[in-house]
Amino acid sequence: MTDRMLTYREAVREAMTQAMRRDPEIVVMGEDIGIYQGSFGVTGQMYKEFGDRIIDTPISESAFVGCAIGAAMEGMRPIVEIMFSDFMTVCWDMLVNQAAKMHFMFGGKLSVPMVLRTAAGSGTGASAQHSQSLEAMLCHVPGLKVVAPSTPADAKGLLLAAIADNNPVIFLEQKTLYPTTGPVPEAADPVPLGKAATLRKGTDCTIVSYGRMVPRCLKAADMLEKQGITVDVIDLRTLLPMDKDAVRRSVKKTGHLVIVHEAVKTGGLGGEIAAAVTESDAFYALKAPVARLASRDVPVPFSPVLEEGVLPDEAAIAATVRQLVR
Amino acid sequence: MEQKEELLAKMYYRMNQARFFEEKVSWFNSKGKINGSVHLAIGQEASSVASCLALDEKDFITMTHRCHAQAIGQGMDVKKMMAELLGKETGYCQGKGGSLHLSNMADHNVGSNDVPGMGYNLACGIALAQMLQKTGNIVLCFGGDGSTNEGDFHEALNLASVKQLPVIFFIENNYYSVSTAIEDHMKVESITDRAAAYEIPAVSIDGNDALEVYDATQKAAEFVRSGEGPMLIESCTYRMCGHDSSDLQLYRSKEEMEEWSQYDPIANLKNQLKEDQLMTDEVLRQLEENAKRSVNEAADFAENAPEPSLEAVLDSVYA
Ligand SMILES: Cc1ncc(C[n+]2csc(CCOP(=O)(O)OP(=O)(O)O)c2C)c(N)n1
Ligand SMILES: [Mg+2]
Repeated sequence: MTDRMLTYREAVREAMTQAMRRDPEIVVMGEDIGIYQGSFGVTGQMYKEFGDRIIDTPISESAFVGCAIGAAMEGMRPIVEIMFSDFMTVCWDMLVNQAAKMHFMFGGKLSVPMVLRTAAGSGTGASAQHSQSLEAMLCHVPGLKVVAPSTPADAKGLLLAAIADNNPVIFLEQKTLYPTTGPVPEAADPVPLGKAATLRKGTDCTIVSYGRMVPRCLKAADMLEKQGITVDVIDLRTLLPMDKDAVRRSVKKTGHLVIVHEAVKTGGLGGEIAAAVTESDAFYALKAPVARLASRDVPVPFSPVLEEGVLPDEAAIAATVRQLVR
Repeated sequence: MEQKEELLAKMYYRMNQARFFEEKVSWFNSKGKINGSVHLAIGQEASSVASCLALDEKDFITMTHRCHAQAIGQGMDVKKMMAELLGKETGYCQGKGGSLHLSNMADHNVGSNDVPGMGYNLACGIALAQMLQKTGNIVLCFGGDGSTNEGDFHEALNLASVKQLPVIFFIENNYYSVSTAIEDHMKVESITDRAAAYEIPAVSIDGNDALEVYDATQKAAEFVRSGEGPMLIESCTYRMCGHDSSDLQLYRSKEEMEEWSQYDPIANLKNQLKEDQLMTDEVLRQLEENAKRSVNEAADFAENAPEPSLEAVLDSVYA
């Protein structure tokens, strides 16, 4: 373990910086990522060190994401930044029909080693078109990988792994976590994709989450511990491919499953996580129905009262666990 | 004559109202009373307000993310606007939309869009409906220079041209797309060159000259209403403020900002009105005071307005 503390934002920047120093094929493309330092300040002063490898583009997501895919097909390893994850829908064809299909469709002759970094989630008053959590749509597309780190250390390590990966990886940075701090190793060590992390160990219930809701689950675990209930808190970290074994192992031990995500409930990944248990022998370990806590099925409202109100908080998570294990 | 005086008074009043409104918004935002970031149009009031005034009452507008002055230009009520920005129940959208998503369907303001470039095709659709329903109404579609780089802009222009849709693409060219200067995001001299590619007649105007904005929009409205097809106006202006509340504006020089501040559209109109003896100092002052009062009242109204209820949040997901 290291004592060096970085913010989530700095950790993402450090991963890109270290990778770019080693590999000249890596460039970063996006809107206002040079002197403006990116909408969330992630690229920072990178333009000073890397010059024209930090490429400011016109506002035209289809153009620059398509361009990155093309460059990746020819041996470069581009990282693109889309300001808000909502704008992925503007270049949906490039992601879904192009990047995700190339390798398979062309019989494995081509690959698209591209990382698309983008800021996801609500909590900043940015309203319905700038606050969504669209990961379930992405996870429905074989050929993509989808990552959503919840800590600075994972933000760095998973991004390094994403950059090294030979597939298109959608890297969903959690915008409310950018200013949060945590210990981050200085070495450029990747954290493998597709492996969940168990952040808390317990025996009474399994809480599975990812991204912005993870800190809330940890707080709920603290609250529960005071009441004598201990839980496993599993942070999936990579959503596609998903570490279903980690979930199953834990449920076999605890017999209870609570799933928490920020995305809307209907059609959300919670269903996939629950199915991972119910379609395996972990099903027989369940002592109660599975519970899903997620955003209500609405576009993200602007009013802060509503924006927070539609989401589960730590009290709701703790209450759900308590009720299940009672 | 009387009509003209009334129009000029309305123009000057609404431009001042927009300026005061945004100064108040900025203050609320700095005090944490407005959630998130706000996009102000300080410096663009002539462009946003005078264009709207050239429309007929039943015409439609669609707005961009930089929408407060556009909304005020079109006559939206600053009380309900401010309440919306504070996320209150009595706001135009019950606090669900906020600064970025104002709309007032009752008065044919079809709302603001925070995905630049995606509003053009919607405006085409509204225009198509007018054409098919033979209403005689037209659409004023606001856009920004940066958003004309999105593919959707080009698809919309082509469609509007081919189908002869009654829409004015009103592009507020403030020379920046967030931090990216126009010469770094497009190679054409003028946005009117882009209209030429689709055989759409276009003019480039001084967007800080309210009277010129009014005249040009009126002419375009006449043309478009006559069924000749769409038009594009490039309204050259400058935002005398950051892109949003967190913008430090490190990408442009003090000199450039200083130069433009000497060409403030409100001061500009005031001077013109005085020089041409169209309005006395006294009348101008009165209009400014009235505008300021309306904004102060809006601020009080919004601060005292009720919060929306969580129970009702699911109500408007489906029609
Ligand atoms: C599809 C999409 N890409 C990027 C953004 C982020 N963004 C918001 S406003 C803006 C700049 C738009 O520039 P312009 O059209 O010139 O309008 P201005 O802000 O200057 O009024 C950008 C890039 C967005 N909201 N949507
Ligand atoms: Mg602009």
